[in-house]
Amino acid sequence: MKTFKTLLILSVFAITSAFTVNSIKGYKVGDTVEDFSLKNIDGKKISLKDYNKAKGIILVFTCNHCPFSKMYEDRIIALDKKYKNLGYPVVAINPNDPAVSPGDDFESMKERAKTKGFTFPYLFDEGQKVYPKFGATRTPHVFVLSKKEDNSMVVSYIGAIDNNSGNANEASEKYVEAAVDNLLAGKAPVTTETKAIGCSIKVAK
Amino acid sequence: MRFKGLYLLVLVLLFSCKQNEKKEIREAISEKIEGIKVYNYSQLEPLLNKKDDKTYVVNFWATWCKPCVDELPVFEKINTEFKDKNVEVLLVSLDFSNQIEDQLIPFIKDNKLQSKVVLLDDPDQNKWINKINEKWSGAIPATLIYNKNKRAFYEQSFEYESLLKELNKLIN
Repeated sequence: MKTFKTLLILSVFAITSAFTVNSIKGYKVGDTVEDFSLKNIDGKKISLKDYNKAKGIILVFTCNHCPFSKMYEDRIIALDKKYKNLGYPVVAINPNDPAVSPGDDFESMKERAKTKGFTFPYLFDEGQKVYPKFGATRTPHVFVLSKKEDNSMVVSYIGAIDNNSGNANEASEKYVEAAVDNLLAGKAPVTTETKAIGCSIKVAK
Repeated sequence: MRFKGLYLLVLVLLFSCKQNEKKEIREAISEKIEGIKVYNYSQLEPLLNKKDDKTYVVNFWATWCKPCVDELPVFEKINTEFKDKNVEVLLVSLDFSNQIEDQLIPFIKDNKLQSKVVLLDDPDQNKWINKINEKWSGAIPATLIYNKNKRAFYEQSFEYESLLKELNKLIN
């Protein structure tokens, strides 16, 4: 009987831990973000610690080729213009492996940023080490980070920019703006996670 | 002066002919690909929850999504090979609704797609993605395999062998 009980407890533990391992992929809301250092389109490395004066960061995984990313480019620029001075600048990261995602190479990133007039850094996740830590799966995929008193960055919102990718004017909910507005008002975001259709992040097989 | 009027008339006639011609071509294409229906989520939902004896392989894709396009032949092959085995493939396109005629229909024609294709056009993705599957982040390609007894969801690309393996899990 005792052996049976032990076995039962062990198996429950095994199942639970297996499930936990499966379900935890990347940061969740509330998690502290590890710093990273990635190359910007101007060739300089950028880290989270460079933002010591900001209140947080609107981190956007995006890329050149994806039509959903393209539809949101103007909205991402607008977010940066609106929130940079309020302490929440945009930082964009291209997570794709250019070997399997034509048009997402470093040179094309520079061109796209110039054509669109990006007002924010556009970093290249060379070696694809950063996006898995965040658990980003698609482009665009936003992570709003807010700074704690000890200067660590905490994930406060994960998801979409708004609820209408095809038409900015018809979006009835602007998720990222709402989350940042909440944070600026000293509150926790009301909506912390949303979903949207996007392009899968491209990884070599 | 009369000459000018005639010239105008000819111009107008020419223009309307051209318009008619265009319209006819468009109608001909749409007729050929009958059954391309545009649904919102509540209209699509019954197709994802049938309770008959068939197993349904539902692939979410778009013509602009390269990995989706790459794996389409796999779904076409399943559709052909399992036609008599109570398996049906449904290709749910997430193409933009203003690109149906320029992108989607020519793509279906050029690639001679045999599986049923419908278009899901519903902007409130945050609402319906979770209804299709809670684990789906929204990235495509994604695939739902279901019958009245079981459901399985995959946010990944498939090769023929891997899709066959998952399909067999539901059939057997």
